[in-house]
Amino acid sequence: MKMQGADAILRALEAEGVETMFGIPGGAILPTYDAIARGTTVRHVLARHEQGAGHMAEGYARASGRVGVALATSGPGATNLVTPIADAWMDSTPLVCITGQVRTHLIGTDAFQECDITGITIPIVKHSWLVQDVEELPSVLRAAFHVARTGRCGPVLVDVPRDVQEATLDFEYPDEVDLPGWKPPRRVHLRQVRIAAQALAAAEKPMLYVGGGTLNADACAELLELAEVGRLPVVTTLMAKSAFPETHELHFGWPGMHGPKWSNWGINKCDLLVAVGARFDDRVTGKLSAFAPGATVVHLDIDSAEIGKLRRADIPVVGPLKQVLAELARELRALQEEGAGPRTEAWLRQLAEWREEFPLRYSRDGDLLKPQPVLETLQELTAGQDVIWTTGVGQHQMWAMQYLVCERPRTFITSGGLGTMGYGVPAAIGAKAARPEATVVCVDGDGCFQMTGQELATSVLEDLPIVVVIVNNGYLGMVRQWQDMFFEERLSQIHLTHHVPDYARLAEAYGAAGFTVESEDELEGTLAEALRCGRTAVVDCRVDPREHCFPMIPAGAAALDLVEYEDREAVPAP
Amino acid sequence: MKHTLSVLVENKPGALMRISSMFARRGFNIESLAVGPTERPDVSRITLRVDCEQHPLEQIEKQMHKLVNVLRVSELEPGEAVERELALLKVSAGPGRRGELIALAHAFNARVADLGADAIVFEVVGHPEEIDAFEELVRPHGLQELVRTGRIGLGRASVGSQRSRKQHVLR
Repeated sequence: MKMQGADAILRALEAEGVETMFGIPGGAILPTYDAIARGTTVRHVLARHEQGAGHMAEGYARASGRVGVALATSGPGATNLVTPIADAWMDSTPLVCITGQVRTHLIGTDAFQECDITGITIPIVKHSWLVQDVEELPSVLRAAFHVARTGRCGPVLVDVPRDVQEATLDFEYPDEVDLPGWKPPRRVHLRQVRIAAQALAAAEKPMLYVGGGTLNADACAELLELAEVGRLPVVTTLMAKSAFPETHELHFGWPGMHGPKWSNWGINKCDLLVAVGARFDDRVTGKLSAFAPGATVVHLDIDSAEIGKLRRADIPVVGPLKQVLAELARELRALQEEGAGPRTEAWLRQLAEWREEFPLRYSRDGDLLKPQPVLETLQELTAGQDVIWTTGVGQHQMWAMQYLVCERPRTFITSGGLGTMGYGVPAAIGAKAARPEATVVCVDGDGCFQMTGQELATSVLEDLPIVVVIVNNGYLGMVRQWQDMFFEERLSQIHLTHHVPDYARLAEAYGAAGFTVESEDELEGTLAEALRCGRTAVVDCRVDPREHCFPMIPAGAAALDLVEYEDREAVPAP
Repeated sequence: MKHTLSVLVENKPGALMRISSMFARRGFNIESLAVGPTERPDVSRITLRVDCEQHPLEQIEKQMHKLVNVLRVSELEPGEAVERELALLKVSAGPGRRGELIALAHAFNARVADLGADAIVFEVVGHPEEIDAFEELVRPHGLQELVRTGRIGLGRASVGSQRSRKQHVLR
């Protein structure tokens, strides 16, 4: 069928089953927005900043398991997408970004709003295309979606010059992709699975160290089955929070810098570490040589380049995790029927004892509201409900990890690898677009909120109501924590104040509901009202700025050097 | 330890940039790099020389495999590959020194590509180590300028089926 390139972009999105895209128009993408005006089944959500559009697409992707789509114009529109693209790259979020580009004959001339966005993003995309010929548009878009969601998920970019959007083609959407160099593993070597199962059966103190790849692979049911078959304890990284039901007796928290002692000790003392779609990130491992020092390592991953990147894998298993975990459970069950182990009951008892002995702690000293009760109250108010959490980055994010309890996959959406402040609000809007029936709550910091808070307008006007709970300590809190602990309390350029802006009034200015909480007495009632109000709401919880997040393993230290809340005054000098 | 990697890539814009950018961001050093066409117009071959241990080498290969334009990565093992390089050397040579230099060049199968009043440009093709040796020999005469293509290589025909570690295969 004859049509313009711009229409072809929309027909391609429709053919890919895209229901929602996020973006902002501008000069070089105008023809595509004109095509949107002509009609499409894809809903367009108008963001207030391209970074917001990108994070919305990420939130949409993480909540739904589908590819997120963001649209922007050339130049500044495209560069504003760089942060979400980098974020999606680090956290393996499937994302297709479509950017307008200046007309083909102007490329390379420093034309108005020209920038080499394919060049700029090379280190942070799986692949990118600058479409020079309108005839290539269908096959490029087909390939873009294919690359984004196959193998290890991640972002791709399609840059389309304005004249290509305006040119005419005979549109036919290809069934097949033509990518001779893109062959992610489709199946696992069963021999490797068998070896891994034998190692599991022989282990006395195994530990499943689960990463975000498990969610991306939609392998949570298979993970649960494996854990239950082998009675295997599970720790989930920040990126994998919600991949395993957190009320399950086999869940033992979250490893890493702010993980509880029992999670980190579990990894430290295990004899078999099974990494499941996890990448031995430094925020998880601390000092690498002291991470699970006595363990044999089984590494399950779709990306062979992750195997042995940081920690040598004794038993590497490369393949799609859904299949890998299902086969591993089957093999383990077969071994058990022959009378083999693992016999983990003593180990599980030990882990449970540590959990009893070293619970998460804080004290309610002083008059000010503490941040931890904000999270605890949110959890109590929403227990058992269909809630999706998003967060910014910093102390509040770590408290959210510690105190919120996730039962179902894809209900905790956060920026892990890149640590992008400002991720929370737009990601929540994207999650709401993906799952309108769920209550979406963004736990944010005051610093984070001020980076992308203008997307409240998008939330209100696009009828994508979210509840933003600002853990407002008036500071860049995590930076303050480091300055307090490692820079002899020399506070440098971190004071934002509790009161500027007045978040409740700012929310009202955007047409949202605004609330302020200054004491624990008001906490439950106000949060309940915000959750109940059915429209976009901001709850400004003004908390004690001196509260630090514990436990903490100082950067580069070993798990056993973990600093507990009660030892917070005796932090060793760096 | 030095390794030679032979990489087949789709002949698409930006393919070389994607590879070199990956090396830069992962902190791998490229010692030499040569790109050129192959027997297929849609495929180019990149010959890379890297200096690293076995573990980083595996990382390099795996990271390269993830690039969409990369079709195949194989290591050219010494002894199982033919490796060549071309160099042009401009050497100071007044009329009195020409004979000596040309005799020297003869021993290395170097050709006189251009002859001037005070200098000779030699063209030498060979194994990179032979070129190193020739370079050292002419240096005392006054090596004015030097350019080398970087090595290229192919698996030996006599070794039989390519023993290279094949990962991505062409259609």
